[in-house]
Amino acid sequence: MNPAGMIPAGTNPPVATPFFFYLLAAIMVIGGVMVITRKNAVHSAMALITTLLAQAALYLMLYAPFVAGVQIILYAGGIMVLFLFVIMLISVERAEKERQFNKQWPVGIVAAAALGGLFIAVYTTTTKGRALFPEGRMTYGETQNTQQIAALLFDRTAGQYMFAFEIASLLLLVAIIGAVVMAKKRI
Amino acid sequence: MLHITTLHYLVLGAALFLLGVIGVLTRRNVVIVLMSIELILNAVNLNLVAFSRYWQGIHGPTALHGQVFAIFVITDAAAEAAVGLGILIAFFRNKETVNVDEVNLLKW
Amino acid sequence: MHALMQYIQSYLDSDKTPGGAGNIFWATVYILLVFAGLSVAVIAMNWLERKILAHMQVRLGPMRVGPHGLLQPIADAIKLLLKEDIIPAEADAVVFWIAPFIVVLAAFTVFVVVPFGPTHAITDMNIGILFMLGVSSLSVLGIVTAGWASNSHYPLIGALRSSAQMVSYEVAMGLAVVSVILMTSLNDQSTGTLSMIGIVQAQLAQQEWFIFKFFPLGLIGFGIFAIAMVAETNRAPFDLPEAESELTAGFHTEYSGFRWSLFFLAEYSAMIAVSSIAVTLWLGGWLRPFPNLLVAPPWDLVFSLFPAITFLLLAAMCFYNTARMPKHPLFKVQTIGLAGFGVVLGLIGLILFLPAVRLRVNDIFWFSAKVAGFMYLYIWYRGTFPRYRFDQLMKVGWKVLLPTGLALLVLTAFVGMRTELWAELQGVWRR
Repeated sequence: MNPAGMIPAGTNPPVATPFFFYLLAAIMVIGGVMVITRKNAVHSAMALITTLLAQAALYLMLYAPFVAGVQIILYAGGIMVLFLFVIMLISVERAEKERQFNKQWPVGIVAAAALGGLFIAVYTTTTKGRALFPEGRMTYGETQNTQQIAALLFDRTAGQYMFAFEIASLLLLVAIIGAVVMAKKRI
Repeated sequence: MLHITTLHYLVLGAALFLLGVIGVLTRRNVVIVLMSIELILNAVNLNLVAFSRYWQGIHGPTALHGQVFAIFVITDAAAEAAVGLGILIAFFRNKETVNVDEVNLLKW
Repeated sequence: MHALMQYIQSYLDSDKTPGGAGNIFWATVYILLVFAGLSVAVIAMNWLERKILAHMQVRLGPMRVGPHGLLQPIADAIKLLLKEDIIPAEADAVVFWIAPFIVVLAAFTVFVVVPFGPTHAITDMNIGILFMLGVSSLSVLGIVTAGWASNSHYPLIGALRSSAQMVSYEVAMGLAVVSVILMTSLNDQSTGTLSMIGIVQAQLAQQEWFIFKFFPLGLIGFGIFAIAMVAETNRAPFDLPEAESELTAGFHTEYSGFRWSLFFLAEYSAMIAVSSIAVTLWLGGWLRPFPNLLVAPPWDLVFSLFPAITFLLLAAMCFYNTARMPKHPLFKVQTIGLAGFGVVLGLIGLILFLPAVRLRVNDIFWFSAKVAGFMYLYIWYRGTFPRYRFDQLMKVGWKVLLPTGLALLVLTAFVGMRTELWAELQGVWRR
């Protein structure tokens, strides 16, 4: 039980948390590998759905329930349905028998390895004896998460992201019109 | 290893980002390239939300900027997936193929 | 033993849900109880649907298997389990196997946040209603993959039609839900809540079920959600994708035996889930009628006797029908069976008279009674309305429900903020 929803620093974290983190991380990485290696696009889409749902669970572990809910509704329940519809509309059977990886795949692997080396270099440096990404000292419970995000977006005095919100709605309108025009048979 | 810190989430995000980059650079099927782009965006979101939790510890319970940013990224990903798939359908109607390296009509 | 009783008593006295208290043991107990309750509800729904539909069509329905067909669902379940498991030849075996699993997962996970009482939920998430809407939209994925993996025409067309219909009516459902969330913010701090238990408590605090709030706006919102939820679960009159006369059986044509029973289970669970949303958001959830007006102890006692009286009435109906059974030696087993069933119901009714049991079961009873009312409405619609054609269906979803939902949202916001808006306008006028 957490007093006032805060977990004080220095206490032992609950036992289940590392287990669930590693389980979800394994699901995500295995799902990611399956996305980029499957021949059948429908199998890739199912693996991506698994990755997205595991990510939503990780958001719940990071005390971000609203982002988790948005991820489930939009990503897993909206974007992936769109992907599955399009995969069904274009013929997949012929694409399965063709060559899957393109001619410059060694260059791609080298570029990704270079990027990976950069990540490792950044994550293992320390600045003045302190790690670059120290852990957070306290985490707050999730009882007011949605209300606080709404305060950041919409509040008159404390909100900073109202303009970005309006621009995002304009972007969605443009995307709707663009998608409808692109997919029509006769413009 | 047992205490989950911000670094754990960052390493996981980096791994997903690398998988997405490999997918974009090496696959021929356009749909799978688009799905790898979604993997990349998800890795970025994981980083943002992990940092928002760290920031909350320093600046109090209302410092949820990372989560708001992640919500905007998800919105953008939806818009981009819709437009990208629309382009794919338009192209497939013309050329009957879903391979990226056969999109070479302008090649001289 | 004493420590066990103390542990149980300490849990029963807490004021949080098991998830909120972080209590894994009680959360697991609740999950198992919800699972068992859902299974019993689906079996009961199967029998009720066949009997009620039959009586609406002036026939009798199943009468042979048990007394008045009461054992028919069990016979159906045994038949489905013993059937041969057929997979079409060219079908994608992995995806074919996963599809019913996804639909069942989506239909059952929704019940994690359904509130049977102020502490009788598995957990109370901050994003309760958002979670329910999101996870129930995952069943579209299962249907699309089921139709695709069957590698046959009827399932594919059925799956595409079914998923298009579900996605269209999800938008209308979402708008109706948002208008209710606006109504929950009419309190002192001006903060609404997405949590299911919070929505019912807002109805208790505002002393008005949201279906009657800002009359007729609450009623219109409820109407939009009631129509959209029937379309969302692919039930009549929106059941073109799975109607036998149209598409053989839609997306579950190629599924036989146990896999078909998974789809069937998921469909009824989804019906109960969206009915729970409607009951929680508009009809006051677990609140008994008039929780604020008729508060004095005599009224509390009267209303708390309702569960017991309901079960005793059911037992009386069983005994009456036992007396009406034909007096023929072949009917002896059925008569004894029906009398035994009546005795069981009567015993449950008598147990519900005890004060300790009565107080705890009250919330669960009122919630279940309202959801049962919705189930009856579902069966009534199936027996009454002709089927919508697919283009008519999409027209209703996009051209009728969506604009009405948007207008409802704007009007609810205006009416809810009318004092603040009027003060703003006066301030602007004076300047």
